[in-house]
This record gives sequence, C-alpha cells and structure tokens, in this order.
Amino acid sequence: MRGICLYLHIHQPFRYRGYSIFDVGANENYFFDPDYNSKQSNERIFKKVAEKSYYPTFSLLEKNLKQHPGFKFSLSITGTWLEQAEMWAPDLIERLKKMIKTGRVDLVAETYYHSMSYFYNLDEFKSQVEKQVSTFKRLFDYSPKVFRGTELTYNDSMGKVVESLGFKACLAEGWDKILGWRSPNFVYSAAGTKSLKLLLKNYRLSDDLAFRFSDKNWKDWPLTVEKYEAWLNDACLNGNVINLFMDFETFGEHQWKDTGIFEFMDRLIASWLSKFDNQFLTVSDRATESPAGELSFPWTVTWADTERDLSAWMGNKLQDEAMSNLYALRDRIYQSKNPELIEDFRKLTTSDHAYYMCTKYWNDGDVHAYFSAYDSPYDAFMYFLNILHSLEYRLSS
Amino acid sequence: MKILMLGWELPPHNSGGLGVACLNLSRALAKDGAEIDFVVPYEATHEDITFMRVLSASHLDPLFRYGIGAYDTKYIEDLIIPDVRIPDAISQDQISIRHIQKTYCDFVEKYLMEYRPDLVHAHDWLTFEAGVLAKKNFGIPLVAHVHATEFDRAGGNGGNPLVHEIEYEGLTLADKILAVSESTKRIIEEKYGIPGEKIDVVYNSLDETFLNSVYSLDSEEYLYLRQLKSAGFTIVSTVGRFTIQKGLSHLLRAAAKAVRKNPKLLFVFAGDGEERNELVARAAELGISKNVIFTGFIRGKQLRDIYELSDVFVMSSISEPFGLTALEAAHHGDVLILTKQSGVSEVIRSSLKYDFWDENKLANAILSVANSPALRETLKDGIRAEYQKISWGDVAQKCLNAYNNIKHKRV
Repeated sequence: MRGICLYLHIHQPFRYRGYSIFDVGANENYFFDPDYNSKQSNERIFKKVAEKSYYPTFSLLEKNLKQHPGFKFSLSITGTWLEQAEMWAPDLIERLKKMIKTGRVDLVAETYYHSMSYFYNLDEFKSQVEKQVSTFKRLFDYSPKVFRGTELTYNDSMGKVVESLGFKACLAEGWDKILGWRSPNFVYSAAGTKSLKLLLKNYRLSDDLAFRFSDKNWKDWPLTVEKYEAWLNDACLNGNVINLFMDFETFGEHQWKDTGIFEFMDRLIASWLSKFDNQFLTVSDRATESPAGELSFPWTVTWADTERDLSAWMGNKLQDEAMSNLYALRDRIYQSKNPELIEDFRKLTTSDHAYYMCTKYWNDGDVHAYFSAYDSPYDAFMYFLNILHSLEYRLSS
Repeated sequence: MKILMLGWELPPHNSGGLGVACLNLSRALAKDGAEIDFVVPYEATHEDITFMRVLSASHLDPLFRYGIGAYDTKYIEDLIIPDVRIPDAISQDQISIRHIQKTYCDFVEKYLMEYRPDLVHAHDWLTFEAGVLAKKNFGIPLVAHVHATEFDRAGGNGGNPLVHEIEYEGLTLADKILAVSESTKRIIEEKYGIPGEKIDVVYNSLDETFLNSVYSLDSEEYLYLRQLKSAGFTIVSTVGRFTIQKGLSHLLRAAAKAVRKNPKLLFVFAGDGEERNELVARAAELGISKNVIFTGFIRGKQLRDIYELSDVFVMSSISEPFGLTALEAAHHGDVLILTKQSGVSEVIRSSLKYDFWDENKLANAILSVANSPALRETLKDGIRAEYQKISWGDVAQKCLNAYNNIKHKRV
C-alpha cells in the first residue's frame, strides 16, 4: 500500500486596525475597520481570499469526494476563521458541514485563536483548545483526536500537555535536524509521553506544491502530475505514506489559479487513486498505525522560514514587549468578567499579530513585508500598544 | 574624464544639503579618477579641497553666515548688489539672484573658450542656464542633477514661473537627468513631461565628515538638556530651514497633541528661516512653549551635539527631495520619524513614516517611541544596520555609468 495524507490548514486572523493613541478611551473597536478598503479590513481580505481560494478549492474537494470514494483529507479550521465565515460567507460553513458528514474529512484541533499561548500562559492555552474542540462539536458534531500547534509548533514538553488533553496524535514538522537519518513518512511515538503519536510533515514534497509550484526559476518547473507522482513513489520506498501538510490558501492564493494548481491537484487525485493499492488517508487513520520508533523534539520546531523556529513570532523586542504585556493583563481581564473585554483580549493573542512585527528580514524588504497588513513592523507594534493602553483604560474605568 | 561641475555652494559656505552633496559626490568621483573643475558663484578659499579645482565665477563675498543660497535671496540683494535697478516686471527677490546667475554664465562661457571638458554636470536650476549655454553654444553633453525642484521649494504651491522655465529648459536639453529620489523623478516626469528613461535615481549618502572626524559630546555642556533627559524626558529634534516646505507647523501641532498625553517631551527646533516668528507664536498659542526650544541656526559640532542629545529626529517636510539631515541624525543614533513625502524615507526602512498632514499619526509615533523602549531599541538596531548601505562611492559609480551612457550614445 502507498498513501497520501493530505492536511490543509484554514485560518484568518482578526487584524486590528490602525488604532491611534487618540482612540484610547474614545473608541473600543479594534478589529472592524470602518474603511472597507483599508489594509487591515478583515472583511475585504476574507472576501478576496474566499473568491480566489476558498470557493474554488471547496469545489475541487467536493468534486473529488463525490467522484472518488477513496479520496480523504484532513482540515484544521481556526475559530477566528469560522467567525469570519459566519459573517461574510456562511455558505462555506454549510458546505464544510456536508463534507465532514461524508466521514472522509477529518478535523484537527488547535487553539481557537491561532495563538502562541502555550508559551505564555498554559491555562489560556488549554482553554483556547477547549473552545476549539467545543466549537467543532457544536458546528460539525465532530470530536478531533489529533492536535496541531499553531504554525506546527512542537516540542517534547508540549507533547505531554497535548496528551493530557486527550489527543492521540500531534502534527509536527519533519525537520532534518530532529529526524537525522530517519524518514518523515513513518509514524513515531512522542518521547516523554505514554502513547502520543507524531505525524511529520514531508516538507520537501509539501513545499514543492506550497512554495515552488509556480517558481519559474525552479529547475523542476513546470511540475507535472507524472513527475510529482514519481517523486511520491520514490519517497514511499522509505515509509509508505507521505504527509502533505500545507496552508489551505496554497490553492488559489499562494499559487494563483493561472499557475494551473487546481488542474494539477484534480489530476493528481485521480491519477493517484487509479493505481493499484494507492490510498488517501486522514490524520486520524494514521494515528492508529503502530509507531516505527520514538522521536524527541528537545527544542521547539515550527514549519516557518528556513530556521523552522519561533523567531518570526518571538524573535525581537517588539514582539516580546507586545505579547508579554498582553498576557500580563490576562488575570485582571478575566477577573473583570466583562465578556467583550475577554473576547478582545483573546483575539489579540492571535499569532499573526506578532508575525506582523517581525523585523528579521525587514531591512531587505522581503516576503514578510508582502504578507503584512501594516506599513511596517513598527506600525503594527504601535497600534498594538495603543490597544493595550485601551485595555488598561477599560480595566480601570 | 574631465568634468565641469556647476554648483552654487560648497561647505563651509553652504546653507543646506546641496553644498554637502556636491562636495561628497565630487570627492568620490575624483577618487574614481575624474578630473573636476567646480564652479561656485562667489570668491573664497577652500583649503580642505585638494581633489579638484574650485573656480570662482565672481568676486562676490561668500557670506559666511547665510551662504549664497537660492533660498535666502534677500540677503544677497541687501549685502552685495545694493545698486541693482529693478524693472517693474520682476520681483525684488528675483533680480539679485538673476544678476549673479548672469555673471556665472559669463564666467562659464569664458572658461569654455579656453577649456574643453568631456561633460558638464550642473546642480539645480541655479546653474542650469550655464549648463544649457555649454550644451547649446559649445556642444558639450549636459548632465542635470536635481536636488530640488521649484515645486518642492514652493511646498506644493505654484512656485516661480521664471524658475520653472529655467528648470524646464535645462531638463529638456540635458542628455541625462539625475534625481535624488524616486519622488523627485516622478515630479520631473509629471510636471515637466520628461520621459522616465532619461532620469536615473541617485540617492545621496551620509556626509563623510561625519564618518571621518572624531566627535564627542562635551560632558560639561547642555546640562539642562541632560537634566531633563535624566528626569525621563524624550528629546525630539528637527533641523532645517524654517520654510513652508518643511511642514513645521504640522509638527508643532502634533507636538501639542503629544504633550497633552505625555508632558515629558522636549522638542528642539534647530534652524532659522522666514517661518521662525510664526512658529514661536504658534507654540505659545498651543500652550507648549515650555516644551519647545528654538536654537537658531546651528552647524558643525553644535548641530552634531543636538543630534547626539536627541532621542528622536523628525523630518516633517511637505516635500523633501532627499533629506540628508535624517542620515546625519541616524549616524548619531536617533530614531527617525519621516514623512512619506521625503526621499530619504524611500531608502530607510527602519523608520516610522507618516503623511505630512497626518498630525495624529505623527503624535502617535512620537508617543510610541517615547513610551516604548522596545520600539526605540528595535528601530535603532535596524537603522544602525542600514543607514550606510549606500556610500558616496556607490553614488559616484551611478554618475559614471550615466556619463558613459552619454558618451556611447554620442559615438
């Protein structure tokens, strides 16, 4: 048997608007920019991405679920995405419900707010995971068994916490420095846990689609289904299931429609399933496999950048100050029992906010700048701090 | 390569960035082997300048205090040519500088009857007529270097039609135009209809005297400023001519907004100019006189002291083709807040940027820097790594490329 385990991550943050110090005390709207066309307009961005990516990709997935009884995949869907979809594209949620009902679409748990709360406040982390699990139960009548850390963060001590929350398996990056000579295609048991399993992203084959697919300077451009299938077959010689983990927006947003990514995926699914003994598996399917061995993540690994570390979120003083000051308000905010204040706090924990403050490559003007909703990391930081002042003001008034 | 460089000022007889840029550029070009004759409109010795010949177009005094600036024409009129007759059609400010320009052209004409440079490189409208003369009458290729247009000097208003005409003729006849920023290039394209491919953007770099001379702040001086700093004040400075182009009244209003939120802010306005009295009065009206210091015109070590003592440097210009002072402030470790309308904001990414009219955003930026050490440190680290990424050697190389392109085209 040879298998593909396709897992897609859907997320949108609630970007905060250009919140001025002069708004403090006068205006408590952080997340809804009255200017639809502004850089931070969540509604505009959601609708744009929906048109380019969500709708056509949903159609592609639905079509293949219908055509191929063997087609399966897994999704993680953040709470902040679900809230935005409920406001701006409720039909997407209905379509999700239908897909999940087929029993061939798996859901992966995570923090509702796509946060790095694990590293700041364990109580907050646990309650955000619980909120996500209960949201899945409410909307989709589904109880996830597999967990993923935000941006695929994982380390050994996180594994213990994840297991204690009742999950059977956790996703992580199949990073060479952790794996050494071992293959990412096997299931491993997580060091330090009783029986938590680790499913590792095959980043080479995943990134061929997610990042390189349309790169004309790539030696393998243009990528054909035949070529890619040959690579998958080669990889299956060392562990027979390939974990293809990527952002949902790979389809239509990172790789635009005109790159041919939709046709490619459509043909790949059909072609793969036409071969004898080829399968698709969900992450829950894989969680039942017996582990090939034990794997330890002594330090935190993510799926981001060439460093595969946390430096895009926790790498500079702006990020440290913004986030540590935010979490420092947590106890007082919960004590206030003010639901709006608590909700605002939790939306601010979303990791994208720290990402926009990343200065790693800022001087060279690179991709981080491209994906930012702000003019600069400094602007992102200034608005965030102004919002913290506003939270303080609300707490004391 | 023999270059006839047409300029209006060289340090120390300069009133602004033009002289500094001309000196540094010429030095770097000479290092690359260019032979330069540099014409100035006044007579003075430039003992420090050994890498080129400085030629005086007239016997006029360089006016130590103000320089013969295009911007301070009334002083020239008062001090140098008091007996000029003023025709009705031309304004008073015009006549004096026109007279000097005429003398300047006469000198260039005489020079070209004796010498044959490979190329004429003219800086700003002040010398464009002489450049055009060299091109028209002697067939020498012309490079027009734009440090500022009349549209910049007029602060977005119309400006002087005669100056527009001179700029238009110079830019049209030039074989190549060098602009100090993309925004200056855009103005030249849009306002003068010059095709973009004729214009190269050549950013300025930091004045090399900042790098090469030893500087230290005297520990016995500026005791009051130091006292305020240790009491937790943030010092915000701005440097330049006090003209409408610099957008200082916006800065002052933003300062008032910021001081209302955080009284521990001290604003240092270093410079002088026609708006000075108005600014002083405005500060009083806004009730922030205690938070604003007007230093008067300063240069040299005193200027560097201000940069050194400041935490934040604001360039509030409505229109600023480049803005060398921002690089100088960066060299002294200041955090930069720049208008998006300044050329230097195209080069420096580790800075806070705003539109010149957006007083709330400026006030917000000042308050954020004052209140957050993390923001201050991150910006400082960033700018330390990038403010010198363009050197005068790079600038000279771009000029030489432009020169060579002209040469090839003509062959």
